[in-house]
Amino acid sequence: MDKFKQKTEKKKVLLMGRSGAGKSSMRSIIFSNYVAKDVRRLPTTIGVESSTFKFLGNLMLNIWDCGGQGAYVESYLHDSAERTKVFSGVGVLIYVFDVESREFDTEDRNARDLVTYSAIVKALAENSPQARVFALVHKMDLVQTDFREQVLKDKSSAIRQRSGTFQRTIRTYGTSIWDQTLYKAWGMIVHSLIPNLDVIEGILSDLVGITEAEEIILFERTTFLTVTSVKSEIGERNPYEDRFERLSNIIKTFKSSISTFTGSSTSSHQFGELYIKTTRFNLIVAMLTTNTYALIVLPPGEVELQCTRLNLFIARDQFVQLAGFSDESRKSQ
Amino acid sequence: MSSESEESQSGVEVRKAPSTLRSDNPSVANSALGNYMTIESDENLLVASASSEASSTASQSNGIIHTEHSEHKPRLLLMGLKRSGKSSISNVVFHKMAPHETLFLEATTQIKKDSMRSFMDFQVWDLPGQIDYLDQSFDADSIFGGVGAMIWVLDAQDNYMEAIVRLTETIVHLQQSFPEIKYSVFIHKTDSLAEDYREDIIRDITQRVSDDLFDAGLENPPVSFYPTSIYDYGIFEAFSKVIQSLIPQLPVFEALLNTITASCRFEKVYLFDVLSKIYIASDTSAAELATYGLCSDYIDVIVDLSEVYGWERGRKDDGSKRAKDISKQSAESFISNVKGYSLYLREINTYLALVGISKEARFEPEKALVDYNVQALQKTLKKVLRRG
Repeated sequence: MDKFKQKTEKKKVLLMGRSGAGKSSMRSIIFSNYVAKDVRRLPTTIGVESSTFKFLGNLMLNIWDCGGQGAYVESYLHDSAERTKVFSGVGVLIYVFDVESREFDTEDRNARDLVTYSAIVKALAENSPQARVFALVHKMDLVQTDFREQVLKDKSSAIRQRSGTFQRTIRTYGTSIWDQTLYKAWGMIVHSLIPNLDVIEGILSDLVGITEAEEIILFERTTFLTVTSVKSEIGERNPYEDRFERLSNIIKTFKSSISTFTGSSTSSHQFGELYIKTTRFNLIVAMLTTNTYALIVLPPGEVELQCTRLNLFIARDQFVQLAGFSDESRKSQ
Repeated sequence: MSSESEESQSGVEVRKAPSTLRSDNPSVANSALGNYMTIESDENLLVASASSEASSTASQSNGIIHTEHSEHKPRLLLMGLKRSGKSSISNVVFHKMAPHETLFLEATTQIKKDSMRSFMDFQVWDLPGQIDYLDQSFDADSIFGGVGAMIWVLDAQDNYMEAIVRLTETIVHLQQSFPEIKYSVFIHKTDSLAEDYREDIIRDITQRVSDDLFDAGLENPPVSFYPTSIYDYGIFEAFSKVIQSLIPQLPVFEALLNTITASCRFEKVYLFDVLSKIYIASDTSAAELATYGLCSDYIDVIVDLSEVYGWERGRKDDGSKRAKDISKQSAESFISNVKGYSLYLREINTYLALVGISKEARFEPEKALVDYNVQALQKTLKKVLRRG
């Protein structure tokens, strides 16, 4: 098993964008189980708020939520000590644009949002050229539905043009805290951060073969973001292509109702196992390792359901041996 | 074939609440739990356009009498002063509108009829508040004839004296001609009251209404009071109670649910109308609003997940016994270990589902027994429903 053993891997994630763009709101929804309507109460971020977040056991996400007010941005960029401190060793930069901002005109080369952005990207390129950049055009809910696609297209190409050395690798997404687009964007971000993804996917496809499942999706425990998924031929035909985001959304909403029910406010409202048996499908959501949940969709029938529950239990051991999953579960075995 | 055609079949818009962050797909009709009927909104029938007396006389020739005789559905009336929150209530409960969106609702000027198709068909009429229905020139029979229950919505954060006067007048008046009507008073918008004197206001209103009715000679008026708010489950709970008062089989349901609670060691059992998430019966033990809320959200999860995975796969029906067994089974779900509780759901028929909450984190060994008991209950319930 030694080849799987790794040290805890730390990834620094910079969250930047102008003040009021929605950086902290996003972070609270994804990592602290806030409900969208509650983020109104969040105060302005002052300076840099750094938080660490354990993801899949040995991956530490170190999130730097950088206050976006002019003075702070000035100091990140021009105070040389700050500049190295903030921009060195960055794994991912997530830059949040406010779609409603008046200072983001796609025509105007001197629009302040874009000028700041290109300065930041430049600083990043100097200090951590290996970083990945994601640009989120946020608050898309404020744009009329018919225009969303066009607006996103325009803004994305303007952002891409100003991305300097990251022009080819940058990815842009339109997001809103009021719908599942937020989970989609963050799902992609997280996906890009996970080590030994192919090993995990290998085991999952084996499991799909053994259990005759239509689909297996792996979720991270706290955020319920999609880590990865494997489909069978039938699963490929599912007409709902946005289902991963929807699932994250559905389950997170339910977790917040559990917290209302129990009256406590901690972010770890878990459930053991959920299954649904209908005439068209069986569905199991169960804890796979201490940090992940698996969602398995099967053909209907009691036998299929019970066998898979057993198979899942057996599969747990193999996942535990994987690095990238928790150490605690290994001890408890 | 598949989902597309099914979606268009439903045709009716059921708005999903953005606050709960769900899909914008308007159709829930292709849920694999069974094709739950969506709530239909009848075309607004012009009965009286605001305050004009001429139109109220015209309305008599407008076919209302016809509708009244052709529809034998029990009717629920929503009444109250203007801006007390009647339309917000009907939109939140029957159209799944998000509570904060109701701010933008326009004043209602016509009677709005909604029908709720479930194990029993209901009609809900939203009556605009600015019209005086006690006016002699009104054809009271067309509105109040055949009404099962009347809900008076009373804005608790407003000066409610006028509303109380109007309410008692209406009840006293209607009592003479329509003694069957059951009255419920929703003491509404209680969320905005400071917690310190919320109870006081509720007590004050209850007391005043009862006193006024007593003075008018009604000793035991059939009036119940519910504090409500559209921002929590209070409104659903109150609506559930009102609808329960219209169900003749309620005592039978309750007795059956009490039996199942005892035999399966449930804390609380609800019989839900899946689409509206109104519960039409529960066992008679006391429960907190949060328990109802959790069960209601649990149904949401199942309906949403079923929507994602309930698509038609076009599996061949090979006619084998196994395939038949599968197509006969009713949907079932279970969640273990929700902070020491577990939740159980079973589909009873197209409209109804049984949801139970148990204090045991998992009842794995007894699960088969629970299934057996609930199946027996399901059979009995179906019999009762058929007779009703």
